[in-house]
Amino acid sequence: MKNEFKVISDLIEDNKKALDVGCADGTLMQYLKENKNINVRGLEISKEKVQECIAKGLTVIEGNAEKDLKQFPDKSFDYVVLSQTLQAFLSPELVLDELLRVGKKAIVTIPNFGNWKVRLHLLFKGTMPITKSLPEQWHSTPNLHMCTIKDFVNFIKSKEIKMIKTLALNNNNVSNITNNNLGTKNLFADLGIFLIEK
Amino acid sequence: MNTEKNIKTLIVKKPLKLDCGKTINNFPVAFETYGSLNENKDNAILVFHALTGDQFVTGLNPITKKDGWWSFAVGPDKAIDTNKYFVICSNVIGGCMGSYGPSHKDPETQKTFGTDFPVITINDMVNAQYNLLEHFGINKLFAITGGSMGGMQVLQFITNFPDKAKTVIPIATTSSHSAQNIAFNELGRQAITADSNWKDGNYETNNTNPGKGLAVARMAAHITYLSKKGLQEKFGRKLQEREDLKFGFDADFQIESYLRYQGSVFVDRFDANSYLYITRAMDYFDLVKQFNGNLSDAFKKTKAKFFVISFTSDWLYPTQENKDIVIALNSIGADVGFVEIVSDKGHDSFLLDVPDFLNALKNFLDKSYTELKNEK
Repeated sequence: MKNEFKVISDLIEDNKKALDVGCADGTLMQYLKENKNINVRGLEISKEKVQECIAKGLTVIEGNAEKDLKQFPDKSFDYVVLSQTLQAFLSPELVLDELLRVGKKAIVTIPNFGNWKVRLHLLFKGTMPITKSLPEQWHSTPNLHMCTIKDFVNFIKSKEIKMIKTLALNNNNVSNITNNNLGTKNLFADLGIFLIEK
Repeated sequence: MNTEKNIKTLIVKKPLKLDCGKTINNFPVAFETYGSLNENKDNAILVFHALTGDQFVTGLNPITKKDGWWSFAVGPDKAIDTNKYFVICSNVIGGCMGSYGPSHKDPETQKTFGTDFPVITINDMVNAQYNLLEHFGINKLFAITGGSMGGMQVLQFITNFPDKAKTVIPIATTSSHSAQNIAFNELGRQAITADSNWKDGNYETNNTNPGKGLAVARMAAHITYLSKKGLQEKFGRKLQEREDLKFGFDADFQIESYLRYQGSVFVDRFDANSYLYITRAMDYFDLVKQFNGNLSDAFKKTKAKFFVISFTSDWLYPTQENKDIVIALNSIGADVGFVEIVSDKGHDSFLLDVPDFLNALKNFLDKSYTELKNEK
């Protein structure tokens, strides 16, 4: 299991109810179910991935986060997880609002476009950056709204959303993001991981 | 029509009050079982059949001498694995494969009921079938499942008996029969009653057979079970055993010949009055209205785990109607999974060899059963 999922699961208290939005093959769901006794559901757009989840005995609903989150009542989950997909929605803001409506807390992770490798790629090669967490060419990437950790922090602040925990993931190192080190983390982190609530 | 010796029946002694207000008692419910019930009696799956199905789910149907209607899904090592599970299926009341229906004799007059048989509903059907649980001493079913009208019975069963099933799998179905579906059913009923041999439903006493009307009903319905793309690919404009058009009204096209064949084999195994009764039951089905417009209330009392399945090319019970069930369940935080299977085979997909569907069904059942075992 990738390190990101370990960090996410550490943010989730045992025996709670969680929704994994864009749960893919259910790796994180399975870990949460087996190791943390989480009552976990998944929402996934790909039929193949839904089948993989069913084969693992996971409860998953085939659907699209932009259309299908509205069927869940307010605060019906303790946690709603969205891993590296916020940037792929037509309207990330609406999705974020929905996550915080459905979940008492949300865990959102974003690939950091502010990482130095990304910056150097554009600066020296003059082409759209391709990195480990952003592997697609500009014309085939699902990512419509790339942002940096700093962008996301500013966005969260502007929406008066409470940040309970903000973490930077750089290779396998996890560290806290604070007001003081935001600039550095924005330069070196591959991924930002945010535990938020409204 | 019934060859009684191959039909197992339970005579229900308890009176059953029907939705129409009448009460029936001492009535037969015909059933069949596959696999064996284990010691804990926790491996039973109740399967509900669709409009023209019967209790003979799989293997050779002893009456029609054809494969059971769900042979692709049910059997040893299949999606519903009869090496593991005990499968029960019964003929719906109103049907014509041994359960109490219009071809039975009215105990009071000793005359065949015909249209004097009380109008039954999906609710009546499941209430009648519930007696099978007591018959087998099963406290809780491991699963209930069925497609189309079978799916309606699944939804009604868990509504009526919320703690009697561990898992619930409605397939290609709806919680409320649509205007389009009522329209198609009415077309079928009109075809039957317009046949001069129908004789107001008293064809048995008149020694006539409204086979033509019933065949037309079946032909029309059969089209609705397929998809345009499926029909086009299978038949296109191919001609039936001829080089060119014959400039007449014989079956020039393969699709015509196919439909005529489907109609003709259907009348050999199905009763025209039963067709009227069962389609009526489907039309009356409206679980949303039963709960005053809030479908979620139907499922409030159950802790069962749901798995809803629809098919891309099913225009009779389209994905959205199946999703409405999922939405109602989600809005009360029920445990529900959902998948839409890609298939060109239309509404009939659930009866056919559609691997993605059969795999999903098998995986869901087997994983849920393992989980049930681990809980103990």
